[in-house]
Amino acid sequence: MAVLLTLVLLAAVIAIVGSPLLRPRSAPAGEAADRAELQSAREAKYREIRDAELDYRTGKLSREDYEAVDASLRAEALVILDALEALGIEKPPAA
Amino acid sequence: MPELGRACLLLALGVCAYGIGASLYGVRRGRVEFALSGRRSVYALACILTVAFAVLELAFLRSDFSFNTVADTSSTTTPTFYKAAAVWSSQEGSLLLWAWLLSLWSSLVLFLTRRRLREESPYAVAILLGFAGFFISLMIFYATPFATTNPAPADGVGLDPLLRHPSMMIHPPMLYSGYTLCIVPLAFGMGALLARKVDAEWIRATRRFALAAWLFLGVGIMLGARWSYSELGWGGYWGWDAVENASLMPWLTGTAFLHSLMIQEKRGMLKVWNVSLVLATGVLAIMGTFLVRSGILSSIHAFGGATLGVPFVVLIGVLIAASIYVVYTRRDILASEHRLDSLLSREAIFLANNIVLVGLCFVIFWGTYFPLISEALTGHSASVGPPWFDRYTVPLALVLVLLSGIGPVIAWRRATLANARRNFLVPLACALIVLLALLAAGVSTGKPLAIAMFCCAAFVLGSIGQEYWRGTRLRRSSSGEAPPLALLALVRRNRRRYGGYIVHVGIAVLFVGVAASSSFQHASELSLSPGHSTKVGAYTVRYVRPTGTITSKEDAAHTGATMSLGAVLDVSKDGRHVATLTPSEGFYDSGEPSQGSVGHLIGGQAVSHVSMDGGVTRDVWSAIAPDMSTPRLLRVMNIANKTIPLVRPDEGMIALAVLVREYLKAPPPAQFHLIVSPLVLWIWIGGLIVVGGALIAAWPAPSAVRRRVRVGARSAEDRLDRQPRSPERGLARV
Repeated sequence: MAVLLTLVLLAAVIAIVGSPLLRPRSAPAGEAADRAELQSAREAKYREIRDAELDYRTGKLSREDYEAVDASLRAEALVILDALEALGIEKPPAA
Repeated sequence: MPELGRACLLLALGVCAYGIGASLYGVRRGRVEFALSGRRSVYALACILTVAFAVLELAFLRSDFSFNTVADTSSTTTPTFYKAAAVWSSQEGSLLLWAWLLSLWSSLVLFLTRRRLREESPYAVAILLGFAGFFISLMIFYATPFATTNPAPADGVGLDPLLRHPSMMIHPPMLYSGYTLCIVPLAFGMGALLARKVDAEWIRATRRFALAAWLFLGVGIMLGARWSYSELGWGGYWGWDAVENASLMPWLTGTAFLHSLMIQEKRGMLKVWNVSLVLATGVLAIMGTFLVRSGILSSIHAFGGATLGVPFVVLIGVLIAASIYVVYTRRDILASEHRLDSLLSREAIFLANNIVLVGLCFVIFWGTYFPLISEALTGHSASVGPPWFDRYTVPLALVLVLLSGIGPVIAWRRATLANARRNFLVPLACALIVLLALLAAGVSTGKPLAIAMFCCAAFVLGSIGQEYWRGTRLRRSSSGEAPPLALLALVRRNRRRYGGYIVHVGIAVLFVGVAASSSFQHASELSLSPGHSTKVGAYTVRYVRPTGTITSKEDAAHTGATMSLGAVLDVSKDGRHVATLTPSEGFYDSGEPSQGSVGHLIGGQAVSHVSMDGGVTRDVWSAIAPDMSTPRLLRVMNIANKTIPLVRPDEGMIALAVLVREYLKAPPPAQFHLIVSPLVLWIWIGGLIVVGGALIAAWPAPSAVRRRVRVGARSAEDRLDRQPRSPERGLARV
């Protein structure tokens, strides 16, 4: 019984580990990863913009400081958006 | 099924070796399919170790004493509830639990980040599998959970009575989940360095798992403290024990990392510091496991043998050397992208918080490992006690709590003095009101540190309350929602920020409980006879009568004690009844025939069953140590040992019943430990608040919020290009 279960487990392991070797992937997966990372960077930058605005509105930042911080954050967001646009129209990343 | 378990371990080791090779080959040669195959090795490992763990768990539940581990840590009389938990009370079972949890958490993390961290992931996979391989090797070569004996013994030794406590069902898995999750940021941090991609992406991708590690570790620590308070008969929740300290150290560096990672996310600063913190947290997590499992330091929490010391020392040495090497060789890409703009900024406060946290960790590290260092240098073992730890940690904790109130009201990058003055007004007023109230209430000024902690906590509550108030008001002004709805929406849309604030509140509440219970505690250790009373603080405690039970299979506490002796205590204050306490001590079978046919039935470890009356303002805590050494009781025991054969435990139980009856008939004075501690409950409430806040902070933001911000940012982009921006017209509602 134990031998049989071990063999079943071994077969399952080979199937799990070996399947990617039978279906090679290359460039599209890499592009999807780049897109996912840029999307993540974009969300983080948006959160920063919202945080700065919340800081300003709750009286932690002066108007001058807020404008300077906000301008710099938006410029950084633009760089990320440009990079995303360079990858083409947004599609859900391939599985 | 021990053969299946052993086969699983061998297969698991093979999968680790393959996964490491495939991942490194894949990333080095740009062969995506091999990197993917390596990643899937982690999933396969999780399946294999799940089968192995199930085999061992079943052996415990079925009381299969052919497994050496089962025979050593369980018995037929061990309640089923504790049989399930006995798996991780053994050296071998806990190693399997460690490896299994590591494989599960690693699989989850790798699955959730499968579309990200393309270059870092293969290195992280190799490192995670390396750790798993280490623990599996220990189980194959040093302490196998599947070793068997033929013929199997009729019964086992039984679970250590100290571990027969409900929190033991979840305390070790929580702690080990924390330890294993600490390895995840370490693996990805190291992966980022090896891939030379040290931007904030690896931090963004693994932040939630670092938070989960911190949360699990924190819950594990709290459960351990609760176990110590309610199970161990010394009346404390924290004793600066080596193993307690070992779990606290990675939690402290993890806390530092969770703050400093925000600086790297937002400013591209502190890259070396952040990488060093995750590496230190991972190393400290391994050292925590090492302390519990190596048997190198004596501790009430240490349950390992001395066989695993060398492999762990080698692993820790390799880890530290590799960490230093990788950070040093990548120093060129770890330069900060910005400098600190102002000392009056949130970055500066976080930096101060990091210094305090790491300072705390260093103090605890030195105090914990001092006995080892001392022994290595002088040949004599020496140790430092709680007063030494208190001397250094209490002032640092005060600063830490104060900083947790300052940080939330200071802006990122820079804050003006005028803003700071306005924002500190309410928190300072709260602290001042508490100080005046304490002095007016006549709280002893001889405890300045405790009073300072209460004031700091008030400062934190004032600061966080002000943040919530202002945020809710802002939300209401833009949405017109009712205050409760506006508050909920505010938190839902800014989970990281407001969840973090709740954690700060929880920490402040917890420290109030710690300061009050340790500074204003009344304790008494004395011998009492039935009918006698004593004063503990404002309370009078009277020993009403003794209690005694024989419990062959089950007892009131469901711990499997053979015999329990205790007392009924009446607690009153100013003549009014407050509570009835029933502390007892459980006696367990030692399984040692040399103690006599009856003596061995109660000759094992005696474990105190604490009884307390907990409340919002104070706990009245009691423990008893009954005296069994009176000539009369010893005579009964001697007669029983001589007349009852070893093979008749049923007659032995009758003799114990006689012994209990004799004890109840003329009870000798018993030793009592009585404590009245104020505000202990708030330690546990503070812990629960921390957990709640951490869950809110870890929960993903609703997609609707992300969508609105995305649309907002695009319009903002247009405004930036075409027209002057007005800060009064925000891009997204708070």
